[in-house]
Amino acid sequence: MGTMQADQERLAALEGMGCSRKRREDPRFLQGKGNYVDDIHLPGMLFGAMVRSPYAHARITRIDTSRALALPGVRAVLTAEDLKPLKLHWMPTLAGDVQAVLADGKVSFQNQEVAYVVADDRYIAADGAELVEVEYEELPALVDPLRALEADAPVVRTDIEGKLTGAHGARSHPNHIFRWDIGDKDKTDRAFDGADVTVVQDIVYPRVHPCPLETCGCVASYDKVRGDLTVWITSQAPHVVRTVVGLLSSIPESKIRIVSPDIGGGFGNKVGVYPGYVTSIVASIVLGRPVKWIESRSENLSTTAFARDYYMRGELAATPDGLVKALRVHVTADHGAFDACADPTKWPAGMFHVCTGSYQIPNAYVAVDGVYTNKFPGGVAYRCSFRVTEAVYLIERMMDVLALRLGIDKTELRLRNFIRKEQFPYTSPLGLEYDSGDYEPALRKVLAAVDYPALLAEQKARRANADEEWLMGIGVCTFTEIVGAGPSKMCDILGIGMFDSCEIRVHPDGSAIARMGTITQGQGHQTTYAQIIASEAGIPASQIAVEEGDTSTAPYGLGTYGSRSTPVAGAAVARASRKIREKARRIAAHLMEVSPDDVEFDLDRFVLKGSPDQSKTVKEVAWAAYNNVPPGEEMGLEAVDYYDPPNFTFPFGAYLCVVDVNRYTGESKVRRFYALDDCGTRINPMIIEGQVHGGLTEGFAVAMGQQMPYDESGNLLGATLLDYFVPTAVETPHWETDYTVTPSPHHPIGAKGVAESPHVGSIPCFTSAVVDAFAHLGVTHMTMPHTSFHVWQQCQALGLTRGTTGATP
Amino acid sequence: MTAKVLVSFHLNGTPADVVVEPRELLIHTLREKCQHTGPHIGCETSHCGACTVDMNGMSVKSCTVLTVQAEGAQVLTVEGLAALAQDGAALHALQEGFAQEHALQCGFCTPGMLMRGYRLLQENPDPSEAEIRYWLAGNLCRCTGYQNIVKAVQYAARKLRGEAVETSHPLLPAAAEQPA
Amino acid sequence: MIPRPFEYHRPASLPEALAMLSQYGDDARVLAGGHSLLPMMKLRFASPGHLVDLGRLDELRGIREEAGEIRIGAMTTEHDLIDSALLQQKCPLIVEGARQISDPQVRYLGTIGGDIAHGDPGNDHPALMLALDATFVVAGSGAERTIPADAFFLGTYETALAPGEILREIRIPVPPPGTGYSYAKLKRKTGDFATAATAVVLRLSGGTVSHVRIALTNVAPTSFRATEAEQALQGKTPDAAAIDDAVARAMARCAPSEDLRGDAAYKTAMAGEMTRRALLAAQARTA
Repeated sequence: MGTMQADQERLAALEGMGCSRKRREDPRFLQGKGNYVDDIHLPGMLFGAMVRSPYAHARITRIDTSRALALPGVRAVLTAEDLKPLKLHWMPTLAGDVQAVLADGKVSFQNQEVAYVVADDRYIAADGAELVEVEYEELPALVDPLRALEADAPVVRTDIEGKLTGAHGARSHPNHIFRWDIGDKDKTDRAFDGADVTVVQDIVYPRVHPCPLETCGCVASYDKVRGDLTVWITSQAPHVVRTVVGLLSSIPESKIRIVSPDIGGGFGNKVGVYPGYVTSIVASIVLGRPVKWIESRSENLSTTAFARDYYMRGELAATPDGLVKALRVHVTADHGAFDACADPTKWPAGMFHVCTGSYQIPNAYVAVDGVYTNKFPGGVAYRCSFRVTEAVYLIERMMDVLALRLGIDKTELRLRNFIRKEQFPYTSPLGLEYDSGDYEPALRKVLAAVDYPALLAEQKARRANADEEWLMGIGVCTFTEIVGAGPSKMCDILGIGMFDSCEIRVHPDGSAIARMGTITQGQGHQTTYAQIIASEAGIPASQIAVEEGDTSTAPYGLGTYGSRSTPVAGAAVARASRKIREKARRIAAHLMEVSPDDVEFDLDRFVLKGSPDQSKTVKEVAWAAYNNVPPGEEMGLEAVDYYDPPNFTFPFGAYLCVVDVNRYTGESKVRRFYALDDCGTRINPMIIEGQVHGGLTEGFAVAMGQQMPYDESGNLLGATLLDYFVPTAVETPHWETDYTVTPSPHHPIGAKGVAESPHVGSIPCFTSAVVDAFAHLGVTHMTMPHTSFHVWQQCQALGLTRGTTGATP
Repeated sequence: MTAKVLVSFHLNGTPADVVVEPRELLIHTLREKCQHTGPHIGCETSHCGACTVDMNGMSVKSCTVLTVQAEGAQVLTVEGLAALAQDGAALHALQEGFAQEHALQCGFCTPGMLMRGYRLLQENPDPSEAEIRYWLAGNLCRCTGYQNIVKAVQYAARKLRGEAVETSHPLLPAAAEQPA
Repeated sequence: MIPRPFEYHRPASLPEALAMLSQYGDDARVLAGGHSLLPMMKLRFASPGHLVDLGRLDELRGIREEAGEIRIGAMTTEHDLIDSALLQQKCPLIVEGARQISDPQVRYLGTIGGDIAHGDPGNDHPALMLALDATFVVAGSGAERTIPADAFFLGTYETALAPGEILREIRIPVPPPGTGYSYAKLKRKTGDFATAATAVVLRLSGGTVSHVRIALTNVAPTSFRATEAEQALQGKTPDAAAIDDAVARAMARCAPSEDLRGDAAYKTAMAGEMTRRALLAAQARTA
């Protein structure tokens, strides 16, 4: 039909929400014209290299920089002594602690920063770093967080040893950082005391690292004459960095420009402020020349924001038919030597309290003890949504454990316990109000898609065959995520509320420019934000320039991590677009000499109600905005919105994994992975699928191979890509994706955010599958990573391998 | 400091002369002296492949090649890939395929991936999925999970063979799928 | 990431290369494909003052059949091994082995000679060479000499190459038609060194084993032939019991180092599994 076709053409021209718009970012990346921090070359630029401690715990007895300084081309060597007069040898962390910028008399983790060499080029800087002589007196290292609070444990933080309170309250021990708890302890304890069935499981979520392909770095450029500081930096939160740098340096924010250019992956690794940034800024100020610092991969893996390291004990109380009555959790959280976690200030365990999951559990109590160890700092990173990876892992493992105890199928157990659609908005016993969800259809859709009964039948047949070489496991995960941090009354970073922002300015020709307070690191913001504006304001996406990351032009925002861009900045984009649309309506009505109530918005124009042939396009309105506006209206067509979300959003999903484990080698092959995600309104299906693929792949890496093992002296074993498992195209499974749509009721366009869900949900699913391969033999849990070695050890313990002579049993 | 050496090679078809210490790595020469920042650095142990360029008809990790070894070499980087497009197209079939199939997100692995894909298709114009994965095993990606990269290479292979191409991601769903 | 400074030399001929090695002595290292040496130099685990680049020595490249042997120049790359129609047809074990080494980019530059001469117990070609009864032609300042593979690998980073010598050529007796072969390599991911790997060459005659070689990678200070396992199989029907027995004997020879790939028990068990897989695969491939 003519009208429908015309509408289709207009829709296609708009490239608004819901379509697989090709990416605006791609042309430059495909031609090698990206602008990453290490691509930046400035006249007179110097290069810095960090000198780092080989010991995990040691006193520094002597630092001699003279040989380094004597090397031609070395311009400066900074130590803590040089930073002391500036009071910059220590810096505040995002978690209310302090972190040494350059070690002040003592090192507390292997590879901690000790000195900073600045030279004419990176080759001389490397040579200079080798010439810095440091003498150490080794101290015993604390590596096991479960021993951190023992009376004779080595004290990691002698600098705060006497302090009995930290940023989060009382400290029970010099190595204690905080105790945080939530929920009704007494009611929960009573529920356990009276329960028919209880299960308990110790669950470790090992330390891993996000390992973005681009390491962290910066170019700091201080102009002595103008008193201006510009820093190009790999940062997921440039405005926060500007505020922090202002606080540290006493330079007013109006004279600081932080630019996050193209970033080669963030995954939470690029949120905090690292010593190398501070030393580069100081060096630039002192030397009056730009200073570049780009860390190596091993520096990245061994010193920048790690993820997880949660030692959890989970307990469930239930009825004999599997209705969960209570959840109780204790966590020992290993934060490393400095608490540098990026969490909202009030929540030192992030959103771990979403650990009641997708289930209506009436009673719950959670307590988390954070501790220091002689390892590198961090904890919140790697697509975790602020500890949601840990929370979902905990509850999903516990549900599997309960299912095994009761002999109930784990999907059936979940169905029995799901929060029902009619119960939303649902307030959990740990105080979170879930905005929406519809869990049962999602799980049923997945089970139907994979023919779950057939898989169970196959598994049964394989188990009946004693000669079967391959153990088949079926894993399930039904997760609820909490993202979009967050309402400022609950969420702040260093006292700044976690709102976000958008400004849009429409040009006379109808094209536009829009800026937000977030910063993409591959998520496609230049593409997707424009789609929101296109749908809401009727401007073709191809005519909308989207910019982020330059604090001199972008409105203040808290950055991109924790899947917050769509829920928070995306809402600001929609609302700013609607402000544009409403002003445009008034101008259109003025042009048509009717009342604004007489026109309605139709894709890309305003149409007179009842007379569809009378209309004004948004393009025509844009021109008019600069010369012919209604009386009392300002010229121009622009809008700003700062959005303080009323709540988090709650994407959810149902994942199923089939794995085949070789009993003789421990090798696991992922036969099938089906991922159904509900992120509410879907802005760009192609980009959503890409985010899901990426999150599943990183989840696969975590579950099946990534680890950061320490020996008892605090040496980190395997901090290179030789050992740190980053899968290639060969290992990575094929992903099947699906979706349902349950819009967020409080979000202007009903969108929830998605990028971390596949990571949060896949990791428990892989574990569920590998454990399921052995479940019929009494195994209830296995600790990640499920490397061939670890899985073989499980096979060995069960007598499934060929034993020490290699003979077939 | 050892004496510097003059090294002459061809970079994307254009003569390049650089003066380097023997220890200078080709990746640094390309990025800094030749100002071609397409190839990237993602590690220092020769694993990640972000530095992959085409040298004398081979995909090589330019972080593990000394510039002095490139004397007289023909070096191709991603900056020169579009010029190799057939039929005067603005982009090489691989670049087009990567855009059509959403085979890049942060873009950091992309230059290396493209140059590896280029040589892969030169040597094997009709690779299976398993072959593509195997022949891309020297290039790590953290964002995409490789699935769309495989599709992009398949797209480009079809195009280079003169066969019709389609994208997995049409702009708008087919009319039949639209709600009434 | 940055090597220490060194002088770089690019000889045009083998005699010139040998003269340079002689001149610079201990302070010189040969640069072949560079994918073992340069990574070590970038981490500053090695810092020779002189690199002698063999890249111009075309006389060290090439694969040909001569006098009942396959002769491979030491500078032949892994890529060229995989691509070689001659090897695919007459010595496919080398192709199968080379395909499992590292990744495509490394294989374009990495050489068979470098893989052999480096002495790394994790490298794959030593086991392949042991299984194929290879001999190595070594050039030095004196006369050339040939060293059989099973006298070449002495220990970790220790080979029978004397200072100043260069491995020039690898010679392998052409395996007769009907020879079964396999290289079974277990690794954490593609590109990794072996957790354990076994190379097997096998011939049957009238259903019993007339010739067998079993060589293991990365489960001892150097690659080695499991000679007790070979002897136990010789003349036997390779049934389940015989395979079990050979596997047990191969495992008994293992002395793996413990690392993030696994502990000694695991690696030894995996050596058993790879030996089993390789024996069975080789058996299936005998004519």
